[in-house]
Amino acid sequence: MAYVSAPAEPPFRLSMLIYDRRYRSLTFQVIVFILVMAVAWWLVDNTITNLSAMGKDFNFGFLFQRAGYDIPQTLIPYTANDTHFRAAVIGLLNTLLVSILGCIAATVLGVAVGVARLSNNWLFARLMTVYVEIFRNMPLLLWILIIYAIFTEVLPPPNAYRGDDPAASMILFDSVALTNRYTSIPTLAMTNDPGSLDLGARVTINWATISFIVAILGGLYVRRLIGNWAQSIQNATGSRPTTWWMSLAVMTIPSIILIFFFGLHLVPPELKGFNFTGGINVQNSLVALWLALTLYTGAFIAEIVRAGILAVSKGQSEAAFALGMRPKRTMNLVILPQALRVIVPPLISQYLNLMKNSSLAIAVGYMDLRGTLGGTTLNQTGRELESMVLMMATYLVLSLIISAGMNIFNSRVKLKER
Amino acid sequence: MNKSLFLGTVAAVTLTAGMGMADTLAEVKARGELNCGVNTGLAGFAAPDASGNWTGFDVAICKAVAAAVLGDPAKVKYVPTTGQTRFTALASGEVDVLARNSTWTFSRDTDLKLDFVGVNYFDGQGFMVSKDLGVTSAKELDGATVCIQTGTTTELNLADFFQANNMSYQPVNIDSNAEGEQQYMAGACDAYTTDASGLAATRAAFADPENHIILPEIISKEPLGPAVRHGDSNWGDIVRWTLYALIAAEEYGITSKNLEELAKSSQNPEVQRLLGTTDDLGAMIGLDKEWARRAIAASGNYGEIFAANIGEQTPIGLARGLNAQWTQGGLQYAMPFR
Amino acid sequence: MSDTHAQTVSFVRETMIEASPPPEKQAGAVKWLRENLFSGPVNTALTLLAILAIWFLINHFWNWVAHSVWNANSLNECRQIIRDTWGEGSTGACWAVIRERWNQYTFGFYPMDLYWRPTMSFGLLFVALAPVLFSESRKIRRIVLAVAAVVTLASMIQLNAPTPWLIFAAIVLIGGLIISERNNSWLLVFSLLYPFLGVWWLWGGSLWGPIMVIVGPVLGYIAWKLLGRISPILASVGMIGVTLFWWLALAGRAARDAENILSLAITPVNSDRFGGFLLSTTIGIAAIAISLPLGIVLALARRSDMFLVKSLAVMFIEFIRGVPLITLLFVASLLLNYFLPPGTNFDIILRVIIMVTIFAAAYMAEVIRGGLAALPKGQYEAADALGLDYWKAQRLIILPQALKISIPGIVSTFIGMFKDTTLVTFVGLYDPLKSMSDAVRASTAWKGIYWEPYIFVGAIFFIICFGMSRYSMYLERRLQRDHR
Repeated sequence: MAYVSAPAEPPFRLSMLIYDRRYRSLTFQVIVFILVMAVAWWLVDNTITNLSAMGKDFNFGFLFQRAGYDIPQTLIPYTANDTHFRAAVIGLLNTLLVSILGCIAATVLGVAVGVARLSNNWLFARLMTVYVEIFRNMPLLLWILIIYAIFTEVLPPPNAYRGDDPAASMILFDSVALTNRYTSIPTLAMTNDPGSLDLGARVTINWATISFIVAILGGLYVRRLIGNWAQSIQNATGSRPTTWWMSLAVMTIPSIILIFFFGLHLVPPELKGFNFTGGINVQNSLVALWLALTLYTGAFIAEIVRAGILAVSKGQSEAAFALGMRPKRTMNLVILPQALRVIVPPLISQYLNLMKNSSLAIAVGYMDLRGTLGGTTLNQTGRELESMVLMMATYLVLSLIISAGMNIFNSRVKLKER
Repeated sequence: MNKSLFLGTVAAVTLTAGMGMADTLAEVKARGELNCGVNTGLAGFAAPDASGNWTGFDVAICKAVAAAVLGDPAKVKYVPTTGQTRFTALASGEVDVLARNSTWTFSRDTDLKLDFVGVNYFDGQGFMVSKDLGVTSAKELDGATVCIQTGTTTELNLADFFQANNMSYQPVNIDSNAEGEQQYMAGACDAYTTDASGLAATRAAFADPENHIILPEIISKEPLGPAVRHGDSNWGDIVRWTLYALIAAEEYGITSKNLEELAKSSQNPEVQRLLGTTDDLGAMIGLDKEWARRAIAASGNYGEIFAANIGEQTPIGLARGLNAQWTQGGLQYAMPFR
Repeated sequence: MSDTHAQTVSFVRETMIEASPPPEKQAGAVKWLRENLFSGPVNTALTLLAILAIWFLINHFWNWVAHSVWNANSLNECRQIIRDTWGEGSTGACWAVIRERWNQYTFGFYPMDLYWRPTMSFGLLFVALAPVLFSESRKIRRIVLAVAAVVTLASMIQLNAPTPWLIFAAIVLIGGLIISERNNSWLLVFSLLYPFLGVWWLWGGSLWGPIMVIVGPVLGYIAWKLLGRISPILASVGMIGVTLFWWLALAGRAARDAENILSLAITPVNSDRFGGFLLSTTIGIAAIAISLPLGIVLALARRSDMFLVKSLAVMFIEFIRGVPLITLLFVASLLLNYFLPPGTNFDIILRVIIMVTIFAAAYMAEVIRGGLAALPKGQYEAADALGLDYWKAQRLIILPQALKISIPGIVSTFIGMFKDTTLVTFVGLYDPLKSMSDAVRASTAWKGIYWEPYIFVGAIFFIICFGMSRYSMYLERRLQRDHR
């Protein structure tokens, strides 16, 4: 029964910190930690020294002083008498507005172009290739500047709509006016205004809006109930009742009733004084930025979509056909789920890029987060450090939220490999 | 290897960077070059030509200071700054003097930690509109679209003006004067507002200046002047008195042409003091005797600089107005050299 | 043999029938058109749509492009020529602005008599790149180097370069061509020296500065060798210590003293003179060269087992990727001076290069991490089984494969970064797209010219970026070692 005892642990020596693999990584990490801390301390110390040398301090009190400047386009009410904080929030909302609009439009465009590039129509596919290559290989800033310049130089000023024989005329049944300042679109008005819900901070939501949202959500819910009912009948009897007209009815009828109830109608813009009034004037800076972001990001998305579809091997669709699946179901059940797994992660990083690229609003004077907090506020108050820190933190949080969404998606669609 | 170049360059640059923010004069002398913050391009005030030579009214101040301190008006490094970056550039030590038509205001002087050393141009904010708009007064601009440069005092004045007169407007934010011109010319805004001098400069460059008018209302006081960092009074004195030397030179009739002659022959004691023929005023601010003589020689006296860059003979065509000598009914008044 | 049939069958064909031409509709252009353009209602509609779009573009822009004017001194003169030549009311492109401001767009405000210096640096860049980029194909390398040699020398003569430098450039270019024919990797020596020489040529000043920077690591290496006999720990510490000490304390003085003894200075050029495409390429190339190694280190750190190293890398990468480049540039121009010791003030171009570099490095790290993750686990295990240590495994097995997989991603990061160099306009540098065009428009002669500068700059960017992406596709095919 002689068994070999485990060799005794060699006594710890200082040189093991370097030579022993078990300790070496620890040593290395400690050194890195000390170095990083030293650099961080050095930076903070410098900042404190510099701030005190300039007689400045680090506080965010300036956010609650009067801003004093105007912002052309705001989603919630704002005047020059509001605080810098509110101006920053306006900027953030504007950033989100152009980003969300851009993401939606770029996705639609990108998917369409991506599919079109795979089309067997020779001419159309080539044309789409030209579009993709041109937009991908030139700076975004160039597109923003060019599109904005086209708006400014080609569209007529509001003045051109004046007089008995105007040089320009409104389009879409005299309801939309394209000018070189803004696109004036009709606004919604109600004859029976139910009043608004006050959310505080002068942000209000009209009760009519709320009731429409409720109506649509309710419609969706009822539609699902109808679907379940049809399914249970199908399970029991084998034949599925026709339900599309029921779904259509529950989706539309409540909204139509609400439209009549509130007396909802469109008020077209009118030229009064210098400008169109009565409608909603969407500033060209927003439209140009949105278009440029859409066209630019759309080109990238098109490539992603194309690659995603090509990545699904042909055998998959052949197998589905062999099983007797119809082309539509093949697309929905076999091709798309696999293509999406390839498409979505880079797609979301394109969304991220679009959100960050929206900071190029500076080129057209669109007042986004960088324009208010990181632009005018920073400049009028001289609080570079605080403004920049706050602005970068906001962008960082937005990005992290988007990438967290991506991670959740990734883990849900991940192939379960063993 | 590339990385070590990177580190090496950083190290080398950090090394060569001058230390000690407090003594700007010594720093400038050691560097042999004056860092002067100027506009990125405003015709008449500061603009580079095709080969990168800077000229203009503000640029002349830089040249005068460089001539006074370093003895050579060419030893200036022009740092183009935008409305957004200018004060930080000064505060951080990137530039020694900021000569970029900046308005002297209370909060800038105190809160932003700048020292304005004087006023080289008394200005005010105005509006330019196209003639066929039929507007004759800024009070008629209710509901108009106004082009406005962001990051300037004019932005705040504009908001105040419309609020005080109970009028509304739509701002179009622009980043540079070039952009403002483009927007205004295309009719994307009804009115363009900035300092009246800037409006005149812009209008002068139009193909059809006669079709545009500058409205009579001046809605704010815009004293434009060079600024230095807070906390180095000696350097502030040098820039201040260089500016006064230029103004005083015009008052006493010293021009770049008769400078040498007057230095020898003038019997006026103040001229003698200014040109360093008698007292040694330069020593009191850490310079030599002939500092003012060189400053004036750089591009002439205040009147000459004005006439050459923005005066009535130039395309900008500004009248002296408030900027005439106090003896002529203007506000330019140099403190006595004694 | 054919006789055998003669009795049984009345007729036997002994030659093939001539292939009859296919039906009219199944051949030639008609067939192609039917299959590719008009195969169904949807396809026909798309084709018509495409034709409509093309017709719209031609209709609107053909006249404008056709009526191009290349010789004029101002916009008004140009418009006058167009009116005179093609009649009242016709529009045309004024490319004359490009012709007149060509130098400004290319070199910014770089002193005119020194234009040959950036030209030479750019030409010699290809020699430095030859062993790295064009190592795969001798033919391409030969063409690239020969074209670079001819074009560089011709433009240097055109720009009145001094004869000694002309001879120098000729020796390097032709020598590079000859050496690359014999043994391509010898050129790596030049590639390593190029960053220092390039900086010297562009900014001028004394050569002793770059030399003294190189001396630092050399001294460090000597220290490492000497101390290595005593103790390896001491050797590493000594190497880093000596290098840093040399750089921080002695290099500057040594460079000055050496300059006094033997002057190796050429006319210095300040950073504020850089502009146009010279600025874009300087920032772009510097950032590309530095961001790749930095990105590799970050990617390895992010995949490291060491918790602290990994979390630092994650924090850094996610932070940089989470904010727009423009805010980083604003940090460079507005805030960097807060973070550095009082009075430090270094060059804005250098600051911008640093920011663009770390921005690109963070993206690069993610691309390379993707490449590392895509490698089959067997490769890592095989490296371990061979008993290779971490660095050897990375260098010999993992990275070559991971980098190869990542080439498309790396190149698109480069392209993105090169396009992003236009953003430096917002911190007051003269990029070709906005600042330079604004500067051109600020002159009375060219006031009001919008489209031509944009199209010109866009076209140049397109050529460079498109070329880069095509070359990366070629490389990818070329490097494909697995046979499918």
